[in-house]
Amino acid sequence: MMTELSLNILDVAQNSIKAGAKLIEISVEIDNAADSLTVRIDDDGCGMSGEQLAKVTDPFFTTRGTRSVGLGVSFFKQAAEMTGGGFEITSESGKGTKVKATFVLSSIDRLPLGDMCSTVETLIVYNTGIDFVYRYRVDETEFTLSTAQMRDILGGVSLDAPDVVEYVRGFLKENTDECDKGKIY
Amino acid sequence: MKSLAELQAIKEKMQGQVNLRDNDKSVRVVVGMATCGIAAGARPVLQAFSDLVQKNGLNDVSVTQTGCIGLCQYEPIVEITRPGEEKITYINMDADKAKEVVEQHLMRGVVVADYTINSSGMAK
Repeated sequence: MMTELSLNILDVAQNSIKAGAKLIEISVEIDNAADSLTVRIDDDGCGMSGEQLAKVTDPFFTTRGTRSVGLGVSFFKQAAEMTGGGFEITSESGKGTKVKATFVLSSIDRLPLGDMCSTVETLIVYNTGIDFVYRYRVDETEFTLSTAQMRDILGGVSLDAPDVVEYVRGFLKENTDECDKGKIY
Repeated sequence: MKSLAELQAIKEKMQGQVNLRDNDKSVRVVVGMATCGIAAGARPVLQAFSDLVQKNGLNDVSVTQTGCIGLCQYEPIVEITRPGEEKITYINMDADKAKEVVEQHLMRGVVVADYTINSSGMAK
């Protein structure tokens, strides 16, 4: 079991990376009025066959050879369902995969969102060949980070250059704080 | 909201020194970032290594991630390979141990024996 949702998100996004995605879109939407927290992870990777898709949330199914369990997606689904929320995964071979997890915000069983900034930073900095769009929304306030947009400005400077990493970290932190308004989700 | 304008300044600053970082990265630090690693706390370990390598100007060190190597009970696992030396596998890592490993192993060439897989009593 993961200790925070941001770790589930980092883990599930690794599947998109392994699927050869060129673009990974992650969104976290918190709606206090609707008492919901919704996470979406969409990629344009290789997708899954119908057979793989049917088994993807089975913890004893994996495509990897090192061992016979595959817990990442199962954990994420469980984390959502134990709050009374829901989990959907759709995939098309050759087109990509979409994951959507809905959490009941006030549920006592909801894991804390945790450090989303670290998750997004880790994804961006260690996968400079992939574009990420990260959207974070709390009620009416939101921000979006798009690496494609940053790349346009940066020209040939890589996203893992030290000054850029520091900027990305600051960008995520400041904008997240502004959305959260001091509240910890 | 923090704007994108600062990026332009970073670009201008960086362009003058683009090739400065392209030295030979002969030392490899590999952090396990599969489900097992992440659940055990690999994210802060990876971040600590990359921040400390950067802070200490260790230009010959590359920090990368890998999947599950099949020793999930010992995660977070970090493997360090220096040219001409045997690979060292550190187990049950955290950010504080990472700092020690950077200072001792990467900067002084001294393996932190207490954190290696050999110290666990398990054969390699």
